[in-house]
Amino acid sequence: MRTARTAAALIAVVALAAGCSSSGGKDDESDGGSGGGGKAVDTPRLKIAMVTHSGEGDTFWDIVQNGAKEAAKKDNVEFLYSNDKEGKGQAELVQTAIDKKVDGIVVTLAKPEAMKSVLGKARAAGIPVVTINSGAEFSARFGALSHIGQDESVAGEAVGDELTGRGKKKALCVIHEQGNVSLEQRCAGVKKTFGGAVENLNVDGTNAPGAQSSISAKLQATKGIDAVVTLGAPIAAVSVKAKEDAGSEAEIDTFDLNAEVVKRLKADEVGFAVDQQPYLQGYLAIDELWLYRTNANVLGGGKPVLTGPAVVTRKDVPKLEKYTARGTR
Amino acid sequence: MSTTAPAPGKPATDERLLKTSPLKKFLGRPELGSVVGAVAVFLFFAVVADSFLRAASLATVLYAASTIGIMAVPVALLMIGGEFDLSAGVMVTTSALISSMFSYQMTANVWVGVGVSLLATLAIGVFNGVMLIRTDPPSFIITLGTFLMLTGMNLGFTKLISGTVSTKSISDMEGFSSAKDVFASTITIGDVDFKITIVWWLAMIAVATWILLRTRAGNWIFAVGGGEQAARAVGVPVGRTKIGLYMGVAFGAWVSGQHLLFNYDVVQSGEGVGNELIYIIAAVIGGCLITGGYGSAVGAAVGALIFGMTSKGIVYAEWNPDWFKFFLGAMLLLATLLNAWVRKRAEATK
Repeated sequence: MRTARTAAALIAVVALAAGCSSSGGKDDESDGGSGGGGKAVDTPRLKIAMVTHSGEGDTFWDIVQNGAKEAAKKDNVEFLYSNDKEGKGQAELVQTAIDKKVDGIVVTLAKPEAMKSVLGKARAAGIPVVTINSGAEFSARFGALSHIGQDESVAGEAVGDELTGRGKKKALCVIHEQGNVSLEQRCAGVKKTFGGAVENLNVDGTNAPGAQSSISAKLQATKGIDAVVTLGAPIAAVSVKAKEDAGSEAEIDTFDLNAEVVKRLKADEVGFAVDQQPYLQGYLAIDELWLYRTNANVLGGGKPVLTGPAVVTRKDVPKLEKYTARGTR
Repeated sequence: MSTTAPAPGKPATDERLLKTSPLKKFLGRPELGSVVGAVAVFLFFAVVADSFLRAASLATVLYAASTIGIMAVPVALLMIGGEFDLSAGVMVTTSALISSMFSYQMTANVWVGVGVSLLATLAIGVFNGVMLIRTDPPSFIITLGTFLMLTGMNLGFTKLISGTVSTKSISDMEGFSSAKDVFASTITIGDVDFKITIVWWLAMIAVATWILLRTRAGNWIFAVGGGEQAARAVGVPVGRTKIGLYMGVAFGAWVSGQHLLFNYDVVQSGEGVGNELIYIIAAVIGGCLITGGYGSAVGAAVGALIFGMTSKGIVYAEWNPDWFKFFLGAMLLLATLLNAWVRKRAEATK
């Protein structure tokens, strides 16, 4: 164990001998303050479970959770979150929520068939269900109260329109998770309304350097691409690098927002972003279940409640910066 | 490998004293098959993809190959030593997260974070090695445990410390630009931009080859992978060798991790899962045996090159993107079959 002790000693020495940075870092942080707060309502304590199809460490779902937590705080709700990428795993998690006799369930329907029977069980157990994000067309059929999300095709069409408006001729749609239905729908939506040509490219979203070199390869191989559309905020930053590598003049545009994208919008490295306001999806889902439980309210009148698309450009940056930094936009 | 049966009809001298010609020596090298495979893949894409042969395109391919190769080389050494490391992929992300968050939270010069990250990442390597030699389960299980724990810690700590799933940007902090020069800069030769990762990759190949072929530690690695009990019996320090090999992988993870951080300013905590397989694949394409005791660092580097050429070549060839994974799999299989065939022929001519 001598190595370990030496390592520990070295860490201590390095840390002590540390030069400090006079710029950036935590010391430079201004207090953004977390919104909301205030006293909770005096309705009885409820327990609501949210089960999503998210992978590990996805910014997007982090924002959804932040919205849900904020609403839970306000509504005197105990909020339980769990996620599984696989449809079967997600269904099992919903089953555990039913077993726990929660007062409401929020689910995503990315893999609708896998969720069908377990949502039937929830209904049989008298647990109200709200669906969020994707799968609007299955929501009512599976007996959910409301659906809160973005129609992926509509969002894609909004991007297509925006690209046409910006006079683009040839767009590249970067799919960072091959075979994901909602990503394919986004690209198909872009294709539908965009006046120019659209090509798709599959990259591996969990391997940034690999994705970067694939995008530069595509930009080098196909001449005349003047817009790169990424389907997730982290891939936008990767595309900015790829574009530099390939010496391309293409504009980078993206679905979804994060702090990094807002920074790049400000620096004019990203043209526009289409936000589906994930915070709202989490917040409204919890709020709707609380309203239903305490006042029998139902949101949407049988139609999906759309939280997007909202096109965000450089001029929206000033008001967005502090919200993305705290993870609510 | 180099053992040759005395040819019939010749006087039987001690086989270990037989002189081998340089050509035969070359034909006996583990990387030979992969070099032939790499040439074949190169020629193939040179013909089918118009833009593949441009200097800028080749620089892109080399960048892709280098980001895999930096890890494939130490992973190959570990495999020659008879072990696996399934935590290699996420360890890269862990290493990047540590530098980034340490620098940010302590408001320290970025280089301090980079140094702390080196020590912490090497400690993970030591952990893998010590767990392996002190306990019974195979490295596959132990590093699977480390892999899952690191995946959870990457996300857990990042959310705990940064509040979100990615780190905060450290690009405005002191030391960032010099660290970026070291880990993520671009070198322009002529009018082509080459990434500095290519230099790191070449350096890793050189050092690993030197260790394998010119040092006592290299003999130990082959001995440990060829037969652990026999190696122990002749006095090879099996435990130290294996811990050293895991530290080698950790060092590679540190280099790759720093590239990830300084290339993108922020680190996504969920990255890296699945890359460990790509490193192992590159090592195996490059001639490493899964059972240990055989392989080379150059071979693993060539394996990474084949992987890089294939994955980018498909894009240059502008084949239907829906079939990307199929083409990738088919090309790699063909390259590996060619590799195996060449090696067999080479051994038959001895």
